[in-house]
Amino acid sequence: MPDATGLELLAGELRDADPEAVVGTLHFRGKGAIDVAPSRIRPTLRFLKERGFRFLASVHGLDYYPEEPRLGVQYELLDMRQVDRLTVRLRVPTDAPEVESVTPDWPTADHQEREVYDMFGVIFDEHPDLRRILMPEDYEGHPQRRDFPMGGEAVLFTHNEPHLPGWWQP
Amino acid sequence: MSEVQQRSAIPGMTYRQMESSVELDHIPHPEHEELLTLNLGPHHPATHGVLRLITTLEGEVVRDIKPVIGYVHTGIEKNCEDKAYWKVIPLVERMDYLSYYFNAMAFCGAVETLLDIDVPPRAQYLRVIHMELNRIASHLLWLATGGLDLGAMSVFWYGWRDRDLILDLFEMSSGQRMHPRYFQVGGVAEDIPEGFEAKCRAFTAQFPARIGQFEELIDRNQIVLERLRGVAAVDERTLLELGVTGPLLRAAGNPWDLRKAEPYCSYEQFDFKIPVGTVGDNYDRYRVRMAEMLESCRIIEQALDGLPEGAYITDNRKYALPPRHELATSMEALIHHFKLVTEGFRVPPGEAYYPIESPRGELGCFVRSDGSSKPARVHMRDPSFVNLQAFKPMVQDLYIADLIAALAMLDPILGGIDR
Repeated sequence: MPDATGLELLAGELRDADPEAVVGTLHFRGKGAIDVAPSRIRPTLRFLKERGFRFLASVHGLDYYPEEPRLGVQYELLDMRQVDRLTVRLRVPTDAPEVESVTPDWPTADHQEREVYDMFGVIFDEHPDLRRILMPEDYEGHPQRRDFPMGGEAVLFTHNEPHLPGWWQP
Repeated sequence: MSEVQQRSAIPGMTYRQMESSVELDHIPHPEHEELLTLNLGPHHPATHGVLRLITTLEGEVVRDIKPVIGYVHTGIEKNCEDKAYWKVIPLVERMDYLSYYFNAMAFCGAVETLLDIDVPPRAQYLRVIHMELNRIASHLLWLATGGLDLGAMSVFWYGWRDRDLILDLFEMSSGQRMHPRYFQVGGVAEDIPEGFEAKCRAFTAQFPARIGQFEELIDRNQIVLERLRGVAAVDERTLLELGVTGPLLRAAGNPWDLRKAEPYCSYEQFDFKIPVGTVGDNYDRYRVRMAEMLESCRIIEQALDGLPEGAYITDNRKYALPPRHELATSMEALIHHFKLVTEGFRVPPGEAYYPIESPRGELGCFVRSDGSSKPARVHMRDPSFVNLQAFKPMVQDLYIADLIAALAMLDPILGGIDR
């Protein structure tokens, strides 16, 4: 876990490489997080990869409703040699939820970015195969968003499939 | 005879057409006119759940494979956002239904990080005992079903026999054989009952001999050996790029284990070894898991030996229920009890990611709190979900029979993949 000083040094290095990359830093409960501009995510992660954070443990999506910009994507990086973890976070608005995909650099992000797309509607540019992964392909909406209602959805069975109005239509 | 009525979800459209995003393009080949596309699952006994694999075969050789998942997606993560923190525990336990103690541990650990509370040493030891018992139970089920996939029927029955002994122990400590809701934020729900320790020791005393029995059944079985050795090997570098952790990564020779690397829950106080393989084929995966079970057995014995006295849950009444006897005498305890049971405790705003070593790899729970008594986001980084991506490099250009063996040794749990 980088301490607060180490985190600032790392953020300083990132700023030196690209002045607009780092938006802010946060050290909370012994763990560092770096906020990154969404357009700079790929070079930032590549830089951190060269710094030793070679393992991308997890990618998760968030919805900060009602705050703006609403959608968030977080990348949990892991340095297996130094046993060090770092979170890289970014925020995008719902009307332009585009983030560069990191799948070309980290093949492990493939399924995880698809899940974030499926659940939150974040569009990962240049993802090789961006389609829904857990929800049915004709599903409308992104169910993990905070304003997506829970319940009230008719359960599809074979016997009521033909009667549910237009569930397959685009 | 009455006419059989054909039901189709979309009139005039077949199921194949409905799945338009799955690419089933014509793959040109110099000798054959077309490669065969074979659908495996989702209802297939060898897919360990409802995994669907669309395979492209050239003769008997797998040339391409596309996993299709989501058949048991139950929206647990969404449901968690509508429950008080302590009511989330039974939900997350049902994600990866073979490693329920680990799911609860990852979630409780994340919430404890956000709350910044300490867990008493006795609770940590009790957690370790139950997690390691769970690891053995999960590996035994892997061994049993994996044996079944290879045609080793007796391994299937014996695996179930020994797993049942562990479930008896779980029933003893919490009343439930699976999904026990035993781990609570701040500790465990109850102290272990009298007789648990003796029964647990009886299990750990006989278990190494049971492992010996399994090894006698399997280790010199020519059929099993030929189906495991040198099959589906993937090198360490590819596995790391694909984010694979757990026994699969250790089988390839990388001794990464969070219990050693980033000790949590007082794992640093136990003496155990990390089994590693050499080439990362199916046989290494099998050997690593067998050795892990013995190491877990050692950890349980050490935890029983060194089990500290004291509280089994934090005495911070803001987060843990007061003992039953206090309710009759203390007004304060009654108020705490009422607040906890109705609204639940509030968690300061923040985000935490808590990774632990589950039987399948790094199980991380991400919790975001907005300051209310319900989490604003719960996300599980489930190892099965990530490890499944390594299936294609494993089985490409292998026989389809080896695909079944490789899937058994991958040990995916679909409840964890789909959540």
